[in-house]
Amino acid sequence: MIATLKLVVTAVEDAARDIRTVTLATPDGGELPSFVPGSHLVVECEGPANAYSLVSDGVLPEHYRISVLRVPDGAGGSRWIHDLGVGDTVSALPPRSAFAPVATATKHLLIAGGIGVTPMLSHLHAARRWGRRVQLLYAFRDGYGAHVADVEELVAALPGGCVELLSDRAALLGRLGEVLGTQPLGTHLYVCGPGAMIDAVLAAAQAGGWPASRLHAERFGVDALDPGEPFSVTLTGSGSTVDVPSGVSLLDALDGAGVAVPRLCRQGVCGECRIPVTAGTPLHRDLFLTDEERRAGDAVMACVSRSLGPTLEVPL
Amino acid sequence: MTTAPATPTSTRTSTPTSAASAEAALTPHQDALIAGFPFPFVADRYRYSTNVEPAGTSVPTPAGQWGAAVVEVDVEYRAELAERAAILRRDPGRHAVLPHMHAAAWDTLLTLLRELAAAHPDRMRLTRDPAGTGARDGWRWENDLLGVVQEFTYGDDTTLPTEPLAWIAGQVQEDIVLLDQRNDSLWGDAGVVTFAADWSFGFDVGMSFLEIHGPVPRLREMGVITRAHEFLKRLQPHQPYRRTNWTLTIGRRLDVSTELYPEWGPDRAMIADVDDATFGRLVHLRVEVQHLIRLPESAAICFLIRTYLLPLEQLATVDAWRLRTAAVLEDLPEDMADYKGIIKYRDRAAAWLRAAGPGR
Ligand code: FES
Repeated sequence: MIATLKLVVTAVEDAARDIRTVTLATPDGGELPSFVPGSHLVVECEGPANAYSLVSDGVLPEHYRISVLRVPDGAGGSRWIHDLGVGDTVSALPPRSAFAPVATATKHLLIAGGIGVTPMLSHLHAARRWGRRVQLLYAFRDGYGAHVADVEELVAALPGGCVELLSDRAALLGRLGEVLGTQPLGTHLYVCGPGAMIDAVLAAAQAGGWPASRLHAERFGVDALDPGEPFSVTLTGSGSTVDVPSGVSLLDALDGAGVAVPRLCRQGVCGECRIPVTAGTPLHRDLFLTDEERRAGDAVMACVSRSLGPTLEVPL
Repeated sequence: MTTAPATPTSTRTSTPTSAASAEAALTPHQDALIAGFPFPFVADRYRYSTNVEPAGTSVPTPAGQWGAAVVEVDVEYRAELAERAAILRRDPGRHAVLPHMHAAAWDTLLTLLRELAAAHPDRMRLTRDPAGTGARDGWRWENDLLGVVQEFTYGDDTTLPTEPLAWIAGQVQEDIVLLDQRNDSLWGDAGVVTFAADWSFGFDVGMSFLEIHGPVPRLREMGVITRAHEFLKRLQPHQPYRRTNWTLTIGRRLDVSTELYPEWGPDRAMIADVDDATFGRLVHLRVEVQHLIRLPESAAICFLIRTYLLPLEQLATVDAWRLRTAAVLEDLPEDMADYKGIIKYRDRAAAWLRAAGPGR
């Protein structure tokens, strides 16, 4: 199991207006963990961690590369990345996959809006390695076209591959009808970009009769690791109260207070870490309890679940 | 492959009463197998559960330890690989790779070679770009245990003597099943399985995870399989998990696949008629250590099944194992014993273990 990665910034480049490409490597230049096309790296910025798509090749790479659009009124993560310089160190979790290619697809149709091109780059690297059929539609505003040369070079190496560059969302939506209607059977569609653009592409595909199982969307700012709201637990056994901050599991908070709860999977699957609840309402995020048990609300899986309200009471 | 039940690694005979005091008679080979045996029971009662835990941590036992590496190499390494090769020659249907699993097969190859090299640096080495030409897809594998040196180009089948999944199955004792994930389900679309316990990979290939587990009693009701399915679908790379499973097998017989039932099926009746010493020598606790790995490039799930066999007469040399195994067998419900194919002799196995105590 790989814990946090300690990485060093080895290069910083401007990929387009307001878009910075940061190259990261291990301090000793060794191999980094491989990643699935479409994966993102969760970088620990100041404040909450942010997820950024990896734009490089995924097979035991010597570096990771991310391209980040500066969002002046965002949560601050993008500004923090833009302030990085060569030699700075960064902590990140190993890459996570949530936008993987489908091995049985006859073709991958990739549709990107603006900075939404980032997850498509690792798809293109893999397509080149394995000779997969791809088509890319890439819409961006003038000056904001990051990685245009990269995608053109990657796609040029593919048999029958093609890239279409479009000047804005209207042009993209204008092309969509024809492109969606002329795909070979078994094509899977991947879309990433601003929310409104994703919704428009998905709506057009559904209207064109595409089954949901062949549509894949990556929305910005959504990550599997929802840190949850802070709450506190009252331990009626010892009469003490333990705080569970955002991003810390109930299990870890109890550990910290010297209350040992058995555990195995830490993923809400095995059922080991079940503890009784005597007051408050659990926010169930596990896969273990049955619907009935959830409704009863008298037990909680401490490794993943939290509290709906500010406090939970447990007889420990 | 012998057709009569036999224990090729057991050179001594013993009666149940002498089993516990027979430690001095164990060969170094047997000692090594006991020291690495993944004893599966954590309580006196066994029921199905989604008993997964993070992989790669060593579990101490009264006899030694197991679990430090994802891919373990033990004293049976060469013998088991020779047996796998012989089975594949006889029955090529134990190996299948559907065309869309090509990338996953290469991903498995590189992942497992890296695990081997990391766990056994003194005997196995993996070198990237061995010629130093900057070709990052060029690799060299050196395996001193097998006397193998193989150079290959990642993704290029013509650089290996066989299909990549078949080739890597010749370097690890584990059976391998690859699951493709699509349409919110997992599909057993590739594998090399030569040591199956009462199932058939040739029959299951291409089936969904839920179909493959359809016949297991109780599991559906308990939601164990659907939970495992959900868990696997969310499994991320670089976070391997493991679980154990177990049954009893008559004779040191790794290949008890459905295809060979006519060979081993009659043993279940035969075992009723043997004397106690033979019973303790022939009946083995069979433990599978299963690893669950999200492959880091192809996103397929690699399911590794490693089989360990220990005859009751050697199991009984560890008193804690003897008592706990007896308790588990006594308590096991009929339907589970029936499904495991041990209903005819599990009572005798429990009684044998009870009687094998040092105090008798
Ligand atoms: S530790 Fe497995 S469900 Fe919590």
